[in-house]
Formats: sequence, structure tokens, C-alpha cells
Amino acid sequence: MRYEAPSSSKEAAKLLASAKGKAVVLAGGTDLLVRMKSGAVEPDLIVDIKRIGATQEIKKSGNGFKIGAGVSGARLGKHRALKKAWPGVVEATNLIGSDQIQGRCTMAGNLCNASPAADSVPAMVAANAKANVVGPGGRRTVAVEKIPTGPGKTSLKKGEIIESITLPAKAPRSGDAYLRFIPRTEMDIAVVSAGVNLTLDSKGVVKKARVALGAVAPTVLLVEDAAKAIVGTKLDDDALAALAAACEAACRPIDDMRGTIEFRTEVAGVLARRAALTAYERAGGKK
Amino acid sequence: MNGVQVSTTVNGDVEEFVCHPGETLLEVLRNRLGLTGAKEGCGTGDCGACSVIVDGQLVCSCLVLGAEVEGRKVATVEGLADGNRLHPLQDKFLEHAALQCGICTPGFLVAAKALLDDNPDPTEEEIRYALAGNLCRCTGYDKIVRAVDAAAAELRKSSKKKASGRKK
Ligand SMILES: Cc1cc2nc3c(=O)[nH]c(=O)nc-3n(C[C@H](O)[C@H](O)[C@H](O)COP(=O)(O)OP(=O)(O)OC[C@H]3O[C@@H](n4cnc5c(N)ncnc54)[C@H](O)[C@@H]3O)c2cc1C
Ligand code: FES
Ligand code: FES
Repeated sequence: MRYEAPSSSKEAAKLLASAKGKAVVLAGGTDLLVRMKSGAVEPDLIVDIKRIGATQEIKKSGNGFKIGAGVSGARLGKHRALKKAWPGVVEATNLIGSDQIQGRCTMAGNLCNASPAADSVPAMVAANAKANVVGPGGRRTVAVEKIPTGPGKTSLKKGEIIESITLPAKAPRSGDAYLRFIPRTEMDIAVVSAGVNLTLDSKGVVKKARVALGAVAPTVLLVEDAAKAIVGTKLDDDALAALAAACEAACRPIDDMRGTIEFRTEVAGVLARRAALTAYERAGGKK
Repeated sequence: MNGVQVSTTVNGDVEEFVCHPGETLLEVLRNRLGLTGAKEGCGTGDCGACSVIVDGQLVCSCLVLGAEVEGRKVATVEGLADGNRLHPLQDKFLEHAALQCGICTPGFLVAAKALLDDNPDPTEEEIRYALAGNLCRCTGYDKIVRAVDAAAAELRKSSKKKASGRKK
């Protein structure tokens, strides 16, 4: 086993691409080290990306926020401007684990671990976030929802890393929110979750919407029919019922000890409805 | 093995060690540096018994590699007391009988220290959330929460005294 901590993404990509045997990226390690401990992964090369300058920055520009892949949940939660622009994404990321886990966990790690229940992912998908990928072939930008392809699987190619995640500039009269259901208030994995991002017109009518669901399918889902159900409305009761119905129709959950298919399906609709109301209020809409 | 040579600061002292690339900071502290305050309860980030502070940030040392702390500042429970003088948190844990078997205690002390460094006047709810990553199978948590609250009050009193002392 070898440990490397390169200082540029290019170097990291080169190390990963030329590695013989199993090579893994290390960000906060809160998934990776657990999997190494259990023997589920036995890497020959560990590439720690946290010494790469670009992974440690939170940069604000006209295009929004670029959040380095090494930025911890704790640091994200202390960034005032980011919290103000994207409260749903920050809250979702801050739900991950305890204070100890927050000190290390990253959004990009949450995404690349590719759990259908990953908390920050529905919020990022709703926000229309993009992953900035660096690989042996250069750079590319990918919609966040295109990264996970199934539980534990991603579309990243050998040698590719996510260097940062871009959240778009916040549109006027827009707001986002994320909610999860767990049987207690801390330290648990989402049974179902929903992220909603809305933009209103000057009269408070929903102009644009993105609705994402977690833990109800092999990957986080972007539910376009749910967005269609509320565009053009002021989230009246009929629109909210249509939103919930569209979410329920999109669910393909599993039955397990955390929740039945029936429970997950119903709660997906309930959470999407509540998250939509919070997002509406945050966008300045009045009910 | 491809040993990794690491130079770091632990409780203010420079420490150098060579570790296995997959070795955790917890293993390094306990097995190479003789600092056995941090405990292994689970090894998977769930119990907080291994809590330490790295560059001001509370973490589980079982989920950090030894190799990662090159050039960082690590603070462990061993650095809490000032020589023979216990830290107010340690005093209050004793006074309030906030431990039974004691295996969780170092982790709680370090997590509580991180909380009070950041928020000197936490509410009970804030204390309980901040300690949600630390498990205790003995006390039922109540005495721990009260001890942390009492230590916070004590620390606020002494920092006020220091501040008014400086004014004179
Ligand atoms: C006690 C505990 C509680 C937890 N609670 C929650 C919870 O409530 N909600 C939740 O969603 N998760 C939870 N998790 C899981 C985990 O903390 C999160 O998924 C976290 O966001 C992972 O981020 P990381 O930086 O630690 O990832 P790492 O462990 O460093 O990496 C995770 C995976 O992604 C890959 N990877 C990481 N970064 C990149 C990158 N930039 N480019 C390419 N590949 C990369 C790694 O190779 C690895 O396969 C918990 C974990 C623990 C131990
Ligand atoms: S031993 Fe690290 S959290 Fe339990
Ligand atoms: S005192 Fe025994 S586990 Fe906490």
C-alpha cells in the first residue's frame, strides 16, 4: 500500500491513472476508512486530495460558488454567504453525521460514495450543481446527477477526480430546502429525503422548479414530473397534491428494516411537499 | 511496507514517526506515541471515544490516517490538564460523577472542549447536539451534560476575571 498527497489535481489524476492495482481517492475518509477497516476495499494506492489548493477553497464569483472537494461540512456551515444563497444545500450537508464527522466529510465524497441515501446529493441535484472533474484527458464539467450510476458506483473514469462543485449564482426570488426522514434527530441514515429548489416570478408564481428524491431508488432521482406539477402555480393545495403524486409515482424503493416500500413512497410525497413550502417561503413567496 | 515519514505537533510537542500508509491516527497515537487517552470503541466513526482535535477541528482519530497529519497540530486529551492542574471540564466531570467505567470519558472531554472553544455559552440543547457523536453505555448522559454546562460557567467566570484583571 502507498499513500500520496499530491499538490495539484493533474498530478493526482496521473497517479491514479498510472496506478497498478486498486487506487482510491481520499477526501474526508468518513466512508473510505470505514470500508478499509471492514476489508470491503483494500487499496494499493491512496491519493489524498486535501493538499491540492483548489480542493480547499470556497470561491464566490458571478457564476456562483465553487466549493473545493476537500472543504468539510463544518467549514461549509460557517460560510455566511453560501448559507444565505443555498440554505438547503448547506443544511443537507450539515446533517451528515456528528460534529466529528462534520470536521471531515465533504460534498464530493458524499456524491462519489454514491449511496442512494446520501444527504447532500438531493439538495445539490435540486440546486443544479455541477461537478468539475479533472482526469488524465483534461477537464470536464458534469451535472451532479450524472455522477452516481448505482449504489457505490459512479460514472467517473479511471484517473478522474472531482476537484470542486459549482453551485450556480442564486437567481432573484429563488429558494431551496432539503428534508429527510429518520427515526431520531441525529446520527442516522435517511429513510427517505427530498430536495426542492424554486424560482418565482414577481407575482409569486413558480417559474422554475427542480425536485430531487433520495433513498427511493438505486440513485438519487431528479423528478421532472414533480417540477412540472408546480410550475405555473402558487403552490395551492391542488398543486401540492399533484407534486406529491408525481413524487410517489417516481419512487422505486426497497423494503428493509428502515422502511417498507409503502412507507417510503408515501413519505417521499410528504417531504417533497414540505420542502417545497419552505423553498417557496425562502424565495419570498407568501401563502 | 512503504513506510510514511511524518512530522507533526501533538499537544505542542514536535513528534516524528514512520507509519504504515493505512494506519489510522488513533493507532499511531496509541501504539507509536504512547498516548492511550484516545480509545477505540468502534473504529468506524460511531462512538467518538477516539475524538481528537486536528488544526482546531474535532475529528474521530479512527477515521484519519496517520500519514495525513504531516505538518498539522493535533490536540489529545493528554494535553487538557495544565501539569497537575486539571482542566475545568475534568474537574466538573469528577464533581458531577459524569463517568462510571470511564472508557468514553476522554472522547467526551475532547468533544466538549471543542464545543466550548467555539461556543462558550451553549444551551442544553446545543450541548446535547454537540455530544451526539459520543456514545456512553453507563451514565445515561444527563450527568455529562450537567458537567459540561458547569464547566462552561466556570470557564466564563475565569475569562471574565482575566479580562477585568487586564483592564486595571
Ligand atoms: C458515523 C457516520 C455517520 C454518517 N452519517 C451520514 C449521514 O447522516 N448522511 C450521509 O449522507 N452520510 C453519512 N455518513 C457517510 C459519510 O460521512 C458521507 O458520505 C461523507 O460525505 C463522505 O465524504 P468524505 O469526504 O468523508 O468521503 P471519503 O470517505 O473520503 O470518500 C468517499 C468515496 O468517494 C471517493 N471520493 C471522495 N472524494 C472524491 C473526489 N473528489 N473525486 C473522486 N472520488 C472521490 C472516495 O474514493 C470514496 O470511494 C456517515 C458516516 C459515518 C462514519
Ligand atoms: S473508535 Fe473512533 S468513533 Fe468509535
Ligand atoms: S462511563 Fe462507561 S461508557 Fe461512558
